[in-house]
Amino acid sequence: MKLKVGVFKFTSCSGCQVELIRMNEQLPELLNLVEFKYWAMASSKLEDGPYDLALVEGAISTPECIEEVKAIREKSRVLVALGDCAVTGGVPSIRNWMSQREAETIVYPKPGYIRSTRVYGIDEYVKVDYYLKGCPPRLENILQVFKAVILGVKPRLRQHSVCVECKLYENECLLTTYKQPCMGPVTAAGCGAICPNVGRVCEGCYGPMSDPNVASMVERLREIGLSDDEIVRKFRKYAGMSKPYREVAKL
Amino acid sequence: MKTVKIGYLTRVEGKAELDLTIDGEEVKDLKLKIYEEPRFFEALLIGRSFEEVVELTSRICGICYVTHQLSSVRAVEKVLGVEVNDRIRLLRRLIAIGGIISSHCLHLYLLALPDVLGLPDVFTADPKLLVKALRLKAVGDKLVELIGGRGVHPVTIVVGGFTYTPPKDKLMELAQSLKEAKKTAVESVPLFSADKFPRFEVDCERVALSNPEEYAINEGRVKSNKGLDISEDEFRAFIEETQVPHSTAKHSKVKGRGSYMVGPLSRVNLNFSQLSDDAREAAEASGFKFPSSNPFAANMARLLEVISLIDEALELIDAYREGPVRAPFQVKGGSAGAITEAPRGMNYHWYSIGDDGLIKAADISPPTCQNARRVEDDLREYVPTIAHLSEKEIASRCAMLIRAYDPCISCAVHSIEVKVKKL
Ligand code: SF4
Ligand code: SF4
Ligand code: SF4
Repeated sequence: MKLKVGVFKFTSCSGCQVELIRMNEQLPELLNLVEFKYWAMASSKLEDGPYDLALVEGAISTPECIEEVKAIREKSRVLVALGDCAVTGGVPSIRNWMSQREAETIVYPKPGYIRSTRVYGIDEYVKVDYYLKGCPPRLENILQVFKAVILGVKPRLRQHSVCVECKLYENECLLTTYKQPCMGPVTAAGCGAICPNVGRVCEGCYGPMSDPNVASMVERLREIGLSDDEIVRKFRKYAGMSKPYREVAKL
Repeated sequence: MKTVKIGYLTRVEGKAELDLTIDGEEVKDLKLKIYEEPRFFEALLIGRSFEEVVELTSRICGICYVTHQLSSVRAVEKVLGVEVNDRIRLLRRLIAIGGIISSHCLHLYLLALPDVLGLPDVFTADPKLLVKALRLKAVGDKLVELIGGRGVHPVTIVVGGFTYTPPKDKLMELAQSLKEAKKTAVESVPLFSADKFPRFEVDCERVALSNPEEYAINEGRVKSNKGLDISEDEFRAFIEETQVPHSTAKHSKVKGRGSYMVGPLSRVNLNFSQLSDDAREAAEASGFKFPSSNPFAANMARLLEVISLIDEALELIDAYREGPVRAPFQVKGGSAGAITEAPRGMNYHWYSIGDDGLIKAADISPPTCQNARRVEDDLREYVPTIAHLSEKEIASRCAMLIRAYDPCISCAVHSIEVKVKKL
């Protein structure tokens, strides 16, 4: 029996789904093992559940999203939050730190037509089985989840920080050596230290690692000369609504 | 009165639905409702540093992140007065080409081809064809990754250039796959040729960047078939946006005129002579004549661009030399806009930056917003020609026409539901 999979989208840029499509030539192979029952971006065949695996992309930001995500949960055996938006609210959650009406008025001349709520990850409303962090999560990690669910085991998603991966590449540390504001020490691994590998600081796009030392990160950023405003902006980017970051994001 | 409800208009990026009421041949009501949850990018950029704009605007769209990065980086650089060197320009063009190849192939093979084959998706299509097509798409992805550090939401593009110099030998390796991929693209011409699509001609304003030096992507003047010829800085003086109650995407029009089309068909129509020889030959073989006034020709225009841009990528890789790719600058305030050609058409970004380097205001007009009104106008002309068909058939034809625009709805604002009502 093929694994019955549904891919769903809420408030997002679809980048996570596009990352999934980036399996490219591997797609026909995956199709031997799974059947996409619902994937509106890729197929006109939309079948109702139950699903063995639901990949949910995007944040929850309207009353309708809340109802839909609950309905998906009821039909799904394993539910995965695909990407930062679904994990913590992601980049769209930046606006939670301004007044709702303010955001609407800046963008729309007649905000009365617009219906939106504060932006949250999906586990604010439903139980999530696995979290695929990243904006977007790396394809290998997404496929890891497929494999695990097919085999009926828990996926091995990394718990350590980006620094560990960065060290494996023997990069010179941007934070300690060059005094650049690298978020690697508190950020979840999984990307393979993409940014330090190509000469830029980690911006934290995988959100917090499992047990980050946020207080010491803040101190470190202050030491290299960042203002509180700058520090707050760093924490309010990909995961401002996550538990470890919420406090600092308020500063 | 008959009401037919057809499921989601799928195989597009983002959420939308079409409401259509027809009485005989007359369209009584037609609304393309884009109900993607709004994400307020223009608001959440405020108070952020100029350095974060590229990173954040990338998240407007998971398909055309490259163009959002390139429009925003150039707008910010204009404010700061940054001059970039030829190597940076070359790499920006090459990564833009990678982005367009990847996005066009995603659209052509995964989203549009099922219409031609009469299948719900490509999963059930000939696996040989699928593998070839995805290999073609993969070279676009790889090009973006080699230069940008990551495929989706690249990380190396920064104000002033790039954070690193991609190694030439890696690009040379890719050149081999690009040549293979081009064969697939040329072989695909019959799949998207004129006999596969409805014959429907519509007169409208088609707007794109144009540049005497090169097939315009990252820089050019805004031109149209109706005489528009302005610089990117004049965009807002000539193009206005209005909000409509039924959509979270705003509507654009050329002031004093009306809706307009941006995208591959506009580009190919305007700049046909700058396509590569093989692309122009493919156009000949396709049965469409360019300039074409058939909106369905957009698919062929995409394929022609893929062929031509592969030819160009090969030349650029050949000309590329490793070396410094970062220009120095000083922070200062001001405001400026820039336009690049997204796979789906012109993508306008404008920022006002304070002397402290923080964003004070932003104005972003992605292509789907610009096309939204045009899609409705096209449908208004198209529906009477197919009004005799069944509701189901009307809905699927309308969906196909909307899809020809390759709307990338989260950028404006995934699934389009088509509801047809016959009175
Ligand atoms: S997590 Fe990032 S890539 Fe994924 S949908 Fe959200 S913004 Fe896009
Ligand atoms: S460069 Fe950043 S990710 Fe790498 S070790 Fe240093 S702090 Fe960690
Ligand atoms: S290094 Fe940091 S910002 Fe870069 S991809 Fe990895 S987690 Fe994201």
